[in-house]
Amino acid sequence: MLSKKTLLSLYEKMLLIRLVEERIADKYAEKKMRCPIHLSIGQEAVAAGVCENLIKADIVYSNHRCHAHYLAKGGDLNRMIAELYGKKTGCCQGRGGSMHLIDLKAGFGGATPIVGNSVPIAVGVAFANKMKKHNRIAVAFLGDGTMEEGVMHECLNFASLKKIPILFICENNFYSVYTSLKERQPNRPIYKLAAAHGIYAKKADGYDVIKVFEETGNAIKRIKIGKGPVFLELTTYRWREHCGPSFDNHLGYRSKEECHQWQNRDSILTLKQFILNRNLTKVADLEKMTKCLNRRINTAFRFAEKSPFPDKRFLYEGVYGE
Amino acid sequence: MANKTYIKAINEAIDLCMKKNRSVFIIGEGVPDPKRIFGTTAGLIEKYGPKRVMDMPLSENGLTGVCVGAALNGLRPILTHQRMDFSLLALDQVINSAAKWHYMFGNQQSIPLVIKMIIGMGWGQGPQHSQNFQTLYAHIPGLKVVMPVTPYDAKGLMISSIEDNNPVIFIEHRWLHNVFGPVPDGIYRVPIGKARIAKKGQDITIVSVSYMIVEALKAADLLEKIGLTAEIIDVRTVKPLDEKTIFSSLKKTQRLLVADLDHKDYGFAAEIIARATENKSLNLLTAPCRITLPDIPTPTTPALTEYYYPRYTDIARKATELAGGNIKLLNKLIKKEQNLNKWLHDVPDENFTGPF
Repeated sequence: MLSKKTLLSLYEKMLLIRLVEERIADKYAEKKMRCPIHLSIGQEAVAAGVCENLIKADIVYSNHRCHAHYLAKGGDLNRMIAELYGKKTGCCQGRGGSMHLIDLKAGFGGATPIVGNSVPIAVGVAFANKMKKHNRIAVAFLGDGTMEEGVMHECLNFASLKKIPILFICENNFYSVYTSLKERQPNRPIYKLAAAHGIYAKKADGYDVIKVFEETGNAIKRIKIGKGPVFLELTTYRWREHCGPSFDNHLGYRSKEECHQWQNRDSILTLKQFILNRNLTKVADLEKMTKCLNRRINTAFRFAEKSPFPDKRFLYEGVYGE
Repeated sequence: MANKTYIKAINEAIDLCMKKNRSVFIIGEGVPDPKRIFGTTAGLIEKYGPKRVMDMPLSENGLTGVCVGAALNGLRPILTHQRMDFSLLALDQVINSAAKWHYMFGNQQSIPLVIKMIIGMGWGQGPQHSQNFQTLYAHIPGLKVVMPVTPYDAKGLMISSIEDNNPVIFIEHRWLHNVFGPVPDGIYRVPIGKARIAKKGQDITIVSVSYMIVEALKAADLLEKIGLTAEIIDVRTVKPLDEKTIFSSLKKTQRLLVADLDHKDYGFAAEIIARATENKSLNLLTAPCRITLPDIPTPTTPALTEYYYPRYTDIARKATELAGGNIKLLNKLIKKEQNLNKWLHDVPDENFTGPF
């Protein structure tokens, strides 16, 4: 049984992600966030359950749908929103946008939007940790589509060969843009691809945040005692469109019923009920938490709006490092 | 100063850098195998062990990404490819990650990474073992591209590349591997981004790089026999390009010929000529010319490569044309040349017996 502290922390992480993403969606039409956005609404439990187990020194790499991972790892909210606004105070000073979040202080190493692109980089960071005998792990967040990329198998092969301290988290949300998994992969379990590379691999329900937390915790224990990488396939579901602020069930690539089934299992509401049923806290306290998070979000958007844009000189600086 | 081969020069550079800095490691297909990447990685595993001198799975893209990650985490990887053609499998990590990580994340982390690769030529290397991609890499912002021709520069540029905090594409030419030249013993640096005047002259500037410098120097010998002196600029670094050295030579000669083993369309030669013609102060006397590979994949049989690869005689003819020299006399001299043996264009030297 998880402690009250952990349960509330998981709830707060998920709620923060949901509220931030909904606010971005609400404000996207203002055309001040001039970059593609891939919202994590519906996928909060994976990010929260995994990152709840990590310490600052553990480093996370992510993909185009990175907001949840960034926030769950403790990435600075003000700098994230400022980055979406293209401001100098953004986490890439406006060079990256929504798909290139980074917060090195929080142990969020970076997100890149080429499918599979950040996975070998995470493996390399973890490989260097091993070479330097640092007892910390790297986490690579990837999607079901990444399993179709050749580089993924190169990474699994190498990580297994060298017993690299890395945790692969495959968020299987069953769609790559508008194309379903059925049309892209044969009917076989994704996690067994990793197992075939000699990696300890498991599948779990990515809507059950407690399960995600426990499986990740066990995985990290394995990795830290030197048993090599672990691969977790966590099933989940994106509620809104692939890219953008809206719902898109009218397009017909997936059924409304399917989407509603997942929405009815909302992992945030489920955890809330779980916490309240056990009298771990009062409704009023959870409402207070929501208010508090909304205030943080208000502050972040104000910070972004008020921040200056980078000036012209910044275009030319930093093509090469010092 | 002792004479050493180009291979030995590169080997010494890597050895000295690994000795000096424990963060440096080398990885690549065949690095510790019996052939040791044509000898460039000889003796390293014995000195530094398998944790810093590594073979790798045939996963060029994945392992390039691993090296990017290792570089982000404080190490200084050297990744090797036995042929430049193989490096194409890793373009995602080179172009999308290594080249722009520093810029796209707002100047937070640099990528000290050397990717060392070899251009093949002759002996039937053919369409997929002898390609020249200096322009392809030089097109990408954030990369540096070096192509030394002398053993001295090979060592000095390798040391500079390993010490640089950016991704550097280090391009060797297989036909230079056994070239001898003076090489100092210890650490010294040849700066990245600085050209070299390989030969002084007055009548025409020949801009070239890598193996083509060898042909250009032979061409210059022929030109002298008809009373023309060519100034040969070895750019050494394709990116960032040292325009200054090229321009100051052109101010003197006002004639430009570019010789390179890249393809013609949109290539290295096109870039040099564009920069020279954009510079009005040079007052070029004639339209610049280029000698390149044709826009045709490399054939395998020597019966066809004979017409595919330009040689010093082609450089000499074009330079004579540009400088208004005695072409009839030049053609007579060319006819007497011993090196025109039909098969010699196919091997780095007469004693070469293959397979590489």
